[in-house]
Amino acid sequence: MASFIQLLVSGLATGAIYALIAVGFTLVWQTSQTINFAQGEFVMLPAFFVLAAMNSGAPFWLAAIIAIVLSALVLGILFKVVIVDPMLKYGVLPLVISTIALSLFLKESVKDFYSSQAQPFPTLVPAIDIHIFEAVVSTQSLAVLAVAIVTVGALKVLLDNTRLGRQMQATAQNATLARILGVPVRRMVLYTFLLNAVLVAVASILVSPIYLAKFTNGETLGIAAFIAAIIGGFNHVRGAILGGVILGVLDNLSAAYISSQYRGAFPLIILIVVILLRPQGLLGRVEERSV
Amino acid sequence: MSRWIFLGQVLIAGLGMTSPVNAQSTVYIPAILELSGAGAVSGTNFRDGMLLAIDEINAKGGILGKKIDTPLLDTQSDAGTSRAQVQKVLDNKPYVILGPVFSGSVLVDMLLTQQAEIPEIVGGEAAAITQKGNPYVFRTSFGQQFSMPKIANYMRDGIKANSVAVLWVNNDFGKGGRDTFIKEMNARNVKVVADISTESGQADFSADVVKLKGANADAIFVYLNEEESARFLREARKQGVNKPLIGETTLLGQKVIDLAGEAANGVRGHVGLTIDAPIPAVQDFAARFKTRFNYACDHNGIKGYTAVYFIKHVTEKIGKFDSKAFAEAAHGITISPKDEPGILMEATWDKNGDIDRISFLGEVVAGKQKIVETLPKLGK
Amino acid sequence: MTRLGGILVVLAAAAAVAAPFFLKPFGIFLLSTWAVLTIAVIGLNLTLGYAGQISLAQGAFVGIGAYTVALLTPAGVPFPLAFIAAGFLCFVIGWLLGYPALRVQHHYLAFVTLAFTTLVFLVLRNEEWLTNGIYGITGTARPNLLGWKTGGARDFYFLCLGTLALLSLATWWMLRSPWGRAFVALRENPVRALSLGLDTRRYTLMAFAIGSSLGGLAGALYAPLVQFIEPNSFSLGLSFNLLLMVIVGGSGNFFGPFVGTLIALLLPEWLRVTQGYYLIVYAAAVMVMMAFCPTGVLGLLERAVRALSRRKVTRAPALTGGAGP
Repeated sequence: MASFIQLLVSGLATGAIYALIAVGFTLVWQTSQTINFAQGEFVMLPAFFVLAAMNSGAPFWLAAIIAIVLSALVLGILFKVVIVDPMLKYGVLPLVISTIALSLFLKESVKDFYSSQAQPFPTLVPAIDIHIFEAVVSTQSLAVLAVAIVTVGALKVLLDNTRLGRQMQATAQNATLARILGVPVRRMVLYTFLLNAVLVAVASILVSPIYLAKFTNGETLGIAAFIAAIIGGFNHVRGAILGGVILGVLDNLSAAYISSQYRGAFPLIILIVVILLRPQGLLGRVEERSV
Repeated sequence: MSRWIFLGQVLIAGLGMTSPVNAQSTVYIPAILELSGAGAVSGTNFRDGMLLAIDEINAKGGILGKKIDTPLLDTQSDAGTSRAQVQKVLDNKPYVILGPVFSGSVLVDMLLTQQAEIPEIVGGEAAAITQKGNPYVFRTSFGQQFSMPKIANYMRDGIKANSVAVLWVNNDFGKGGRDTFIKEMNARNVKVVADISTESGQADFSADVVKLKGANADAIFVYLNEEESARFLREARKQGVNKPLIGETTLLGQKVIDLAGEAANGVRGHVGLTIDAPIPAVQDFAARFKTRFNYACDHNGIKGYTAVYFIKHVTEKIGKFDSKAFAEAAHGITISPKDEPGILMEATWDKNGDIDRISFLGEVVAGKQKIVETLPKLGK
Repeated sequence: MTRLGGILVVLAAAAAVAAPFFLKPFGIFLLSTWAVLTIAVIGLNLTLGYAGQISLAQGAFVGIGAYTVALLTPAGVPFPLAFIAAGFLCFVIGWLLGYPALRVQHHYLAFVTLAFTTLVFLVLRNEEWLTNGIYGITGTARPNLLGWKTGGARDFYFLCLGTLALLSLATWWMLRSPWGRAFVALRENPVRALSLGLDTRRYTLMAFAIGSSLGGLAGALYAPLVQFIEPNSFSLGLSFNLLLMVIVGGSGNFFGPFVGTLIALLLPEWLRVTQGYYLIVYAAAVMVMMAFCPTGVLGLLERAVRALSRRKVTRAPALTGGAGP
């Protein structure tokens, strides 16, 4: 029983990471039909901004702020203006290819201009191990969980209770109608990208002490984000959270009790099942198929 | 940032000549390595160690008066691309080829280089590489068929384990090691009670540690890549694993110790090739590498460095650039740092191209690797 | 097809046949790779360009085809039979995969096929008893067809080229048939096609299955080409590359795959001048290409030709009385 609880707790911690990354991914998709295949690399990159800033002498807290600002600029504004906007009119596919190329670009740039080796990353909270119900969890994982919960809470407040948030939701649900109703759609879309950039930067700073900053981090995190977003449901932020948690726990349980060689298969099978049987995800609303 | 200077140098070189057969003053020794993709860390380490050696040798006039010309070709960690690059290189009649590191790429390249009778100094550790009867393949690190018996002996005699658990990374490096290890354990009548595979890039090892605790083996053999080793060690410490953790080179490396922190203390194992070895020549090399490239290399860096000096020494011995003669002379040769300081440690090559060298048993104590015992060469 | 286009095709075909006599073995190997991958890209073009489905599974189908041949030929099965088996197996798997998967919206298919590719990779890697696992299969022999030994670089290239020609002709014929025209109708205006009574789902499924089988046939040639196959070669990376080749050449354009594959294979070679940084330049080049010619190189050429011919028409004096194309 103790091991089951341990697996559950560790899975929740990992799942919280996936959830954070999936939330931004979902938002961007909803508002601008952009499937960002580079989302994993978006999480990998800000950690290197931090490390580069620290190498130039900045203390950690300052480096973190610099990284968040840089992310907002590069992964938010630059990404939207330089890559997404010009290509949106051509349809989904060129944009998909572009984001795939972007992920390769970011990965190789970090490898060549910083290092191919994994880098230790300073932690926000001291790494102490806490015993809960016969399971051991590190404070870092708890911090990730806490930040994820706070972030989701804040997002919910933003989206439901503020005018700005409701405008963003309107843009996500029906951009044309929103424009007719006077919502500044283009600005709302920009805000979504900025929000995603900040979220991934925060996720990066939280995750890197555990994952260690390495240029290949984006690969597994990216796929996990997609799966979490789809399983949970694309049109709800809460869906991304649920999806992330399910993914984290499922991975652990399947690795421990079923097969370690096929541990990667179970999330994928769930993904296929969810898409085929309930494409809107567990918490999402149904999207009508056009043809 | 030397990376930027390197980029500048490369652009200038690239804009210049691209044809390698530019003549009399250079010898064409191309390198085919994993510079991107899954093998990028190993490949770039090998490359940098190699480049350090080439620059040192060229500064002193090269080999037999000719400077070494080593274009770098990226296999992208893909066997098909690797084969294409080997074909390209063979078309230009190389003297000797360096790399690749990935055993799969090595095996497919060997099909071509053996036919063309060009020697290849590779970084792959799979046992199969030297068991195919290819007289032109050589390595500068232990094959798994040599390192695993040493570990196995240590398990049986040093740790006195009756049962072991093995935790391995599911790529050709990890699987090859696991297969050889289990074979050696079975030969020594030690039971393997848990056989746990992990994925490359895995971050969450809680499920694996839970399984290890349940298996209750006398010792745990850990065969992962670097970051995964660090993450595993942290998780094992967190969940209170108290059985001996035994590794092969990587697990006791300074890199893993730095990444894992306190969790690395108490780890023991066999160390084949390491910059932490208590040998002045190696320490000196490590310092030079760090100064030039700004990071601490892993054993692949040493493989690359010694490979180039191996080529230099054998070539000077035969006195000419003859690929076939190279292969013949290299089999059975022993090179000592007295004659060739670049070889760092005395090494003998057998008729299959495998290397025989001293190695070490070590333990991580208070954040540093401590050498507990030096194991002699097998062939003495 | 215009007359200019026809002349270009004949010239290109002649170049393809003559090339191996002027190239070193590496160049021939590269061209053979081009021929083999183009087959897979033609298949993906059917699925993507004509039927409009984003499939990330083509890499897996190439892998299934390659392993089929690599396992059957040493067991004594003659190559042509193994070749057909590879194609047939992939057709069936493609059908089975597509049947439920094509019911969902397009972007969801991308994820289903992504999951499928990774699952295939896991099976290829873990089922060591069948596939030799992570170690891969070495030394698949190049076939001996009715006395013609294709072991040499040039001979094997002609085998690949011949197969490419055959399969292209078959695809061309299929697209020209009334049944093939339905594909095009599907892409141009799905709602209208539906209103005309076309069972869009059936056609899409067929396109997906045929496209997958072409991937398998490409894989069947890939195994004796590279003579070493491992699960890593057939994972998502290959699927993305094939997708890229379709888009770069011109998705939905019959000759797109030929051009796109050539560019995608040659670009890294040209860029090797930049030594270590060629992947960064490559990725940047792809992004730029997507921004400026998302209809691919052939799309760009078509636009250019059309612009030129329009200029020729307006330049002609109004002798014909009442200008206008």
